[in-house]
Amino acid sequence: MTQTADRRGLAQRLFEPDRLESLAVVPKVGTYVVLGFWTLVVLFPLYWVLVTSFKIEVQVDSGPYFLPFVDFTPSLDAWNFMLFKNNTMGAYLNSIIVALSSTLLALLIGSLASYALVRIRFQVKLAAVVTFIALLIAVIIAVAALGVPWAAATAVAIALFLLSLGTFVRRFNAAVGNNDIEFWMISNRIMPPIVAVLPIYVMFQHLGLLDTQVALISTYTGVNLPIVVWLTRDFFAGIPLDLEESAEIDGASKFRVFFTIALPLVRSGLAATFMLVLILTWNEFLLALFLTNARAQTMPVLVAAQNTTRGPQWWYMSVLIVIMIAPVIVIAGFLQKHIARGLLVGAVKG
Amino acid sequence: MAVAQAASPAATARETRDEWIDRNSGRIMVLPAVIILLCFAIFPLIVSIYLSLCRFALAGGSFTLTFIGLFNFKRLLIGAQQYHFLGTFKPLQTPEWIAFAIFAVVIIYWLGRNVATGFNVLGLIGRLISAGLATGLVLAALATMPAGAYEGTLLTTCFYVLVGVVAQFLIGLGLALLCAQPIRARNFFRVMFFIPLMVTPVGVAYMFRMLADMEKGPFAPVAAALGFSAWSWATQAWSARLMVLIGDTWQWTPFMFIVLLAAIENQPRDQLEAARLDGAGNFQIFRDITWPAIAPIAATVVLIRLIEAFKIIDIPNVLTAGGPGLATESMTLHSFIAWRTQDLGGSAAVGYLLLFVSTISCVSFFNYVVRWTRRYQ
Repeated sequence: MTQTADRRGLAQRLFEPDRLESLAVVPKVGTYVVLGFWTLVVLFPLYWVLVTSFKIEVQVDSGPYFLPFVDFTPSLDAWNFMLFKNNTMGAYLNSIIVALSSTLLALLIGSLASYALVRIRFQVKLAAVVTFIALLIAVIIAVAALGVPWAAATAVAIALFLLSLGTFVRRFNAAVGNNDIEFWMISNRIMPPIVAVLPIYVMFQHLGLLDTQVALISTYTGVNLPIVVWLTRDFFAGIPLDLEESAEIDGASKFRVFFTIALPLVRSGLAATFMLVLILTWNEFLLALFLTNARAQTMPVLVAAQNTTRGPQWWYMSVLIVIMIAPVIVIAGFLQKHIARGLLVGAVKG
Repeated sequence: MAVAQAASPAATARETRDEWIDRNSGRIMVLPAVIILLCFAIFPLIVSIYLSLCRFALAGGSFTLTFIGLFNFKRLLIGAQQYHFLGTFKPLQTPEWIAFAIFAVVIIYWLGRNVATGFNVLGLIGRLISAGLATGLVLAALATMPAGAYEGTLLTTCFYVLVGVVAQFLIGLGLALLCAQPIRARNFFRVMFFIPLMVTPVGVAYMFRMLADMEKGPFAPVAAALGFSAWSWATQAWSARLMVLIGDTWQWTPFMFIVLLAAIENQPRDQLEAARLDGAGNFQIFRDITWPAIAPIAATVVLIRLIEAFKIIDIPNVLTAGGPGLATESMTLHSFIAWRTQDLGGSAAVGYLLLFVSTISCVSFFNYVVRWTRRYQ
């Protein structure tokens, strides 16, 4: 294409592309300038954090220094303190365990549910749902207001519920279908965590699980289930039925079909979902603040706690932020290709 | 698979159990999710209603809950805590009345058009609820405009949500459009722009506090040259809010960007090329081809962001601790502060009000915007 001499005027050459798949000079330069500027906006704060983590107190306090080795002599003091003398590693380990296990759990439970909702028809009696919620409310009132022991109240409620299933629930025909169940699951995400966190706190206090990893893992699994269901349902809906049907004719159970055929087919989408949920869990602050104290403390809580009476100690804080971002960036680098595609499928269907 | 394998060795003996599992496999698959959601969403939600109707008091190592009806809500909306939740109001002046009149005309036209074009009772009720919330918010916003009036946490939250989501969407869309052009290093930009999403919001808040330090931050020389190094953004309401917004926008623009870019790259190539050959301008192409193709996705992405935006707490909590005064306090932070002062009832009430506001807003957005952009599909 470049062999033919461009006989157009200068202005035309600057503003109009010579081919459809390329850009003229001026728009091209403009694009690079804007994108480069935003790259700076993104990278400079991170660069500043990285640089600050190699400073000592004096170097931070006596004004901005920008370049290590030129402006100031970098030191590993902050790193040394944070990694070996502080309790950072405990919180770091907590964060890794909690984030990975709750993400994997949410992914497993959520994709099982969304697969079933896509492939199997459900008919849940509306009367059963109403009875269940009414009994739940009754139990809560009985326990909280009237002081009935919770074990007794729950047992009575379960007995009543089973009884109602056999008797009067059968008389009503109104039922909720797959779409309603799905909508209910996804809509739980709208609920702000602050509404749910107080009762969850009390619940774990009663169970003696406050400030443990179990409490955090199970709560995060619950909080992230809606996202998993919402994203994975479209992946499952997108795979052709014949593959699964032929496996079922060969006698494979639904579970086997799910794990050996359906799951591998939606790898890409699962990777995107995994990444998104992992980021959300890894960075979650509010629930961890309520549910943990010292032993099960996660990184965001530790970072937030750096605001001491002497003001934040930037050099320590920067170390924490750097070690928090690093692993996520590495994982995201590996999954980069899948992320956009996975999110797109979710957003198209909503 | 675990279930299937465990049962397979003794297949003949346990034929019935296998059959039972297979017959009920759907229920077994959904059950764990339902149980978890019941434990961590429905059960807490119901307990929270009860808490919001009670007064909580510590009494000798234990606590008591006294049922006090709607008192907690009354206190927030018209009582002693009104200044905190809704704001300190001043009577409307002429410019505010004019603004309100314009708003009223728009909303009545919107309701009227709906009644005229296709009337159904449920739709009208939904629209009345949306319109009611919007009117309340606009009135509160106008009543906190005059000098001496202050915004409460409700308006601050709505400000973050509205301005933040719009800014993130516009920047994200702009970057995605630029990035979708035939340029080199597209993947490089894609990876770079994605990074802020991965930084913990608490970290973002500290980062921006560090950057915005006018004495020893990186922009201190610039501030000194311009002569405002003594000025502190943290002492003024709007500059502090702006700072929170900048942090939030820095963090969440990538989310919009990455999905919108994927959507733009997925639009039909043939139409695009045909339009180019016919000599359509860039703006024309965007308006007539790209935008209609990506609008449903754009609306959905905004909806997702809207849902999450209402929950904002980390950035204002760390950046300004809600200050100066109440200026940057979001509703979640308000609820958290109430919890810390042992006012569990008030905390639950704020949480519930947040739930109402965000649910109505998100459902309205879904019904009037997302559905509308999908009308051609």
